[in-house]
Amino acid sequence: MLTINKIEKTFLKNTPNELHALRGLNLHLNKGEFVTIVGSNGAGKSTLFNAISGSFWIDSGSITLDHQDITYMPEHRRAAIVGRLFQDPMKGTAPGMTIHENLALAYSRSKRRGLQIALRKKETELFREALSEFGMGLEDRMDTRVGLLSGGQRQALTLLMSTIVTPKLLLLDEHTAALDPATAEKVMDITNKIVAKDTITTMMITHNLNSALKTGTRTIMMNAGNIVLDISGKERESMTVPQLLDLYSKKSETELATDRILLAEK
Amino acid sequence: MTLIIGSLQLGLIYGLLALGVYITFRILNLPDLTVEGSFTLGLAVSASLTMKGHPLLGLILGILAGACAGVLTGLFQTKCGIHPILAGILTMSGLYSINLFIMGSSSNLTLIGHDTLFQIMYKAFPGLSKDIIKAVLALLFCLVFFLLLSWFFKTHLGLCIRATGDNEDMVRASSINVDVTKIIALAIANAMVALSGGVLAQYQGFADIGSGVGILVVGLASVIIGDVIFGRRSVTIGFVSAIVGSLIYRFIIAIALQTSIFPAYMLKFVSAVIVFAALSLPALKSQIALRKIRNKAKKKA
Ligand SMILES: Nc1ncnc2c1ncn2[C@@H]1O[C@H](COP(=O)(O)OP(=O)(O)O)[C@@H](O)[C@H]1O
Ligand SMILES: [Mg+2]
Repeated sequence: MLTINKIEKTFLKNTPNELHALRGLNLHLNKGEFVTIVGSNGAGKSTLFNAISGSFWIDSGSITLDHQDITYMPEHRRAAIVGRLFQDPMKGTAPGMTIHENLALAYSRSKRRGLQIALRKKETELFREALSEFGMGLEDRMDTRVGLLSGGQRQALTLLMSTIVTPKLLLLDEHTAALDPATAEKVMDITNKIVAKDTITTMMITHNLNSALKTGTRTIMMNAGNIVLDISGKERESMTVPQLLDLYSKKSETELATDRILLAEK
Repeated sequence: MTLIIGSLQLGLIYGLLALGVYITFRILNLPDLTVEGSFTLGLAVSASLTMKGHPLLGLILGILAGACAGVLTGLFQTKCGIHPILAGILTMSGLYSINLFIMGSSSNLTLIGHDTLFQIMYKAFPGLSKDIIKAVLALLFCLVFFLLLSWFFKTHLGLCIRATGDNEDMVRASSINVDVTKIIALAIANAMVALSGGVLAQYQGFADIGSGVGILVVGLASVIIGDVIFGRRSVTIGFVSAIVGSLIYRFIIAIALQTSIFPAYMLKFVSAVIVFAALSLPALKSQIALRKIRNKAKKKA
């Protein structure tokens, strides 16, 4: 499904602040895989997502998604097949527009609409139904401005927006990290449901090692612009959080950044 | 009576300008200085073609010319990465020369003795007073373009433009080319502004190269007065409020001039003060609120 071949990215090349953020990274994902990604701050996790979604051009290497070389595809065109969520709930929605309008815009990824009227009855039902599955009551507030919603509601809406037209790849960048624990759990539940429903190929960055091992089918660990650990199947099933931490300190030369690696409470 | 009907006519004509300014300032969320040039551009094209005997064509080409100016500013902003304000200033400055060129390098054109759209209407309806005809014609322009714009901003493309002003990242994430939506919005906005200038030229029967100076502030004042009255709601109501704002602005100016509260040359100064007052109000309010809280805390301590 997704094949990343020796990608390199150096920021601020030829300056004193030069930073080799991705160092010949290779990764292959099969269709329907749900990969969780862990690693300390600055390991290059978000940079990897930026490379995949086209926020910048990579220096070398190639990215193929579903047999299509997307290495040089412009960001907005990639967005048609790559859904993405950020930590900041404000990022994925237009606050001044209603829930309905936001969804209509996201839904248009399926087909260019041009001068057709944007809000259509037929789609309204579809949106209502999808929203009602969250159990947040959003289906009755379709004409509410998104700016008035809570962070958790916005993040759930963003999740729906990025998946209402099933993407070939879904990128989740600590998308529950800014939410309170209860809401985070709720959004995580919704995430699992949506991903499972269409078996969307998904990559999720998280600082919660417990959640990283529990969620999905495979876990990779990044350090200094590369993948240092890649576990799945039996090996992953028997892995515990302390073992993962241990492996991590062995694999990485850098200091262990425990500040943001949350040891799970449960 | 002349005061009322006169400001009604002008308010509607400048209402077209207010519609354009509303699109950039409120929907796209950036003040676009191109309007200072595209207003005169519309005026120049309309006047010079009226002199050649094509008043209607003058308006149509004026609209297109305004749209082109908007596209240019849009390209500067998006493809050339020039700061939005600076992009507008560049187009505006360049247009000054273009406008002079269109006006045959004279800074003033008079349409006396040439058939403007208004003149044609007087002849077609000899029974009606000229003032009524002027007002009806201005109203017609406003109404038609209000309806067109209201429809357009309900379409998918219109939705994309609104979202672009709200959250660009989200629009990009919906696989829409933000550069394109910005350019289209700027084109439409400046087309409206040029139309406003074009109608004004035929209405007043002359064109002046300096007509565009300070016109952005006039448009902003109208939009802001409209906001005060209607509040900030849907785009359709926003368009209505921009036009109403323009009408009220003209009434205020007319009354002020009639009663000689200030001389005519102070007009732009007063407009700037209105806009300043409205824009700074929220910040001033919060500062005053903060001071109150502080004083209270001090008293307690
Ligand atoms: N656009 C950029 N310009 C310069 N440096 C960047 C840029 N984006 C990321 N970096 C740097 O690249 C490194 C990796 O960052 P990132 O991928 O965000 O880490 P994380 O694994 O915490 O998500 C960091 O040192 C960061 O400062
Ligand atoms: Mg990150």
